[in-house]
Amino acid sequence: MRVLIPGIAGGIARKLALRLHEAGHQVAGVDIRPWEEARELGIEVFRGDVRKRAAEDVFRRWRPEAVVHMATVTAFTVPGAERGRINLDGTKAVFDHCAAHGVKHVLFVGRHTFYGAAPDSPLYHSDDEPPRALESIPELADLVAADLYAATALWRLPKVTTAILRLPYTLGQPGTGTLASFLKGRRVPLVLGYDPLFHVLQEEDVVAALMLALQKELRGIFNVAGPPPIPLSVIVRETGRMGVPLPAPVLRMLLGRGGFPKLSVGALDHLRFPIVVDNRRFLEATGFEYQYSVADILRLYRESAPVPRG
Amino acid sequence: MSQSESLEARVERLELPFNEFGVDPYGISKRHVRQALQMFALLYRYYFRVRCFGIEHIPARGRGMLVGNHSGGVAVDGAMVLTSTMLEMDPPRLAQGMVERFLHNFPVSSLWASRTGQFTGLPEHAKRLLEDDRLLMIFPEGARGTAKLYPQRYSLVDFGTGFIRLALQTRSPIIPFAFLGGGAAIPTVFNARALGKLLGVPYVPITPYLLPLPLPVQLEIHYGEPLVFQGTGDEEDHVIEGYVAKVKARIAGLIERGRAERHDRRSGRRLLP
Repeated sequence: MRVLIPGIAGGIARKLALRLHEAGHQVAGVDIRPWEEARELGIEVFRGDVRKRAAEDVFRRWRPEAVVHMATVTAFTVPGAERGRINLDGTKAVFDHCAAHGVKHVLFVGRHTFYGAAPDSPLYHSDDEPPRALESIPELADLVAADLYAATALWRLPKVTTAILRLPYTLGQPGTGTLASFLKGRRVPLVLGYDPLFHVLQEEDVVAALMLALQKELRGIFNVAGPPPIPLSVIVRETGRMGVPLPAPVLRMLLGRGGFPKLSVGALDHLRFPIVVDNRRFLEATGFEYQYSVADILRLYRESAPVPRG
Repeated sequence: MSQSESLEARVERLELPFNEFGVDPYGISKRHVRQALQMFALLYRYYFRVRCFGIEHIPARGRGMLVGNHSGGVAVDGAMVLTSTMLEMDPPRLAQGMVERFLHNFPVSSLWASRTGQFTGLPEHAKRLLEDDRLLMIFPEGARGTAKLYPQRYSLVDFGTGFIRLALQTRSPIIPFAFLGGGAAIPTVFNARALGKLLGVPYVPITPYLLPLPLPVQLEIHYGEPLVFQGTGDEEDHVIEGYVAKVKARIAGLIERGRAERHDRRSGRRLLP
């Protein structure tokens, strides 16, 4: 199978590309970021923006059969309006090209934060739930919009088998990603009086889940999760960090100062309320079994991102 | 339970799928359940001197819904029912309440409710927990039930109907119970709704001594035989309302029987208020 991965230079995308290549698939990618060693590894990377004309040429000339769209970004990596353009316009471009150039299968790799964090939400979000509490976390709006737009392909593009996958936070080795960045420092802020559950998944398990989704030619919307969720305080403790519980108004003032990570004010809700997903539909469709327990994941993270000294 | 068995041992015997960190897939934490039980057990045994009848009607395993009356202006009833299933059952079970939404809005209460398995009363929660063979605790009177004033302490207000549809959908037995004494422990004379709105709660119960602090009144819990209804949960409203009326009548019967038995036991002695 010929698999094209927009956003291939990201950590998980690289692992997926290598795994697909090892499994005998032809793999290429599009990214504005470099991946110098890719060619030596037998993977073709086209440098460029997925929204630009050159990217369409890749679809036209390379003729992928499957596309794994991973070229979306979070507020942690790209601030402001540009993030919205990458996430929304980029997703539209990918689906337009898939429809125009005969791609049979598309995976949209979304995030479980789609559902939002709110006190009156169900603890386990089913795949069919709408996003909530967007007004409190506006930084999620463009990712949610991209996810919803991708889902329109399910009826707009009946010839393209589309799967929307909502993945939890990745953690472990090599210690990158939204949650990993949040945990980087010695002290990790917590909201006093709250301790939300968090889902974590090791990168190797993420790759395994994506491989299964491709292999099973999934169609529809699927929550992906591994081990059951655990309280944020356990994650902080087991990764060797020191949790600093502060009242929400105090924490709001301290974000980005005194060694605390820079977070949006809206993201504080996520430090109070859980975002946990019901992954039964994905398990039934793919038979996915995670390999890394929570203890494994936290140990790997602690080893790969040790507590900063001093 | 034998008084010698430690509360810690009771928590250890809970048949819940705790992971290596002592947390189950819903976030219930052994540590928090143990600490909550240590406080509730003191209240249960020594402050309220709770008498529990009919605990054998609660299934030792598998799904079930404890459905009863609210008694008292704050959640003393829920806390003592939870304690009764932890202390009186063998093996112990954790009753998981379907609580008011406001509880999860506040710091500390949100954390403790979550870690002890007391979730917001949403159909999604109830259905999932029952499908996982958990024991639910439901007060179908809702906030209207806790708002009962002292003179109405043995009456029942309107029941919601959602719990019957859930019982039918999940084929869960309903274990009715009567809770006696809560209305005397917290003798509400007035519900300050404006103050409640200010604080983000439905109301604040006002007692003759102002604060809704419970008095050391003996409490009783009477569990009745399980009720099992047949159906799909898609029945017409009038069918569901018929089932609700049956549950309500059974709870009313348990309240009356409990009051009569208590009267007989204590005749000649000081009556409970």
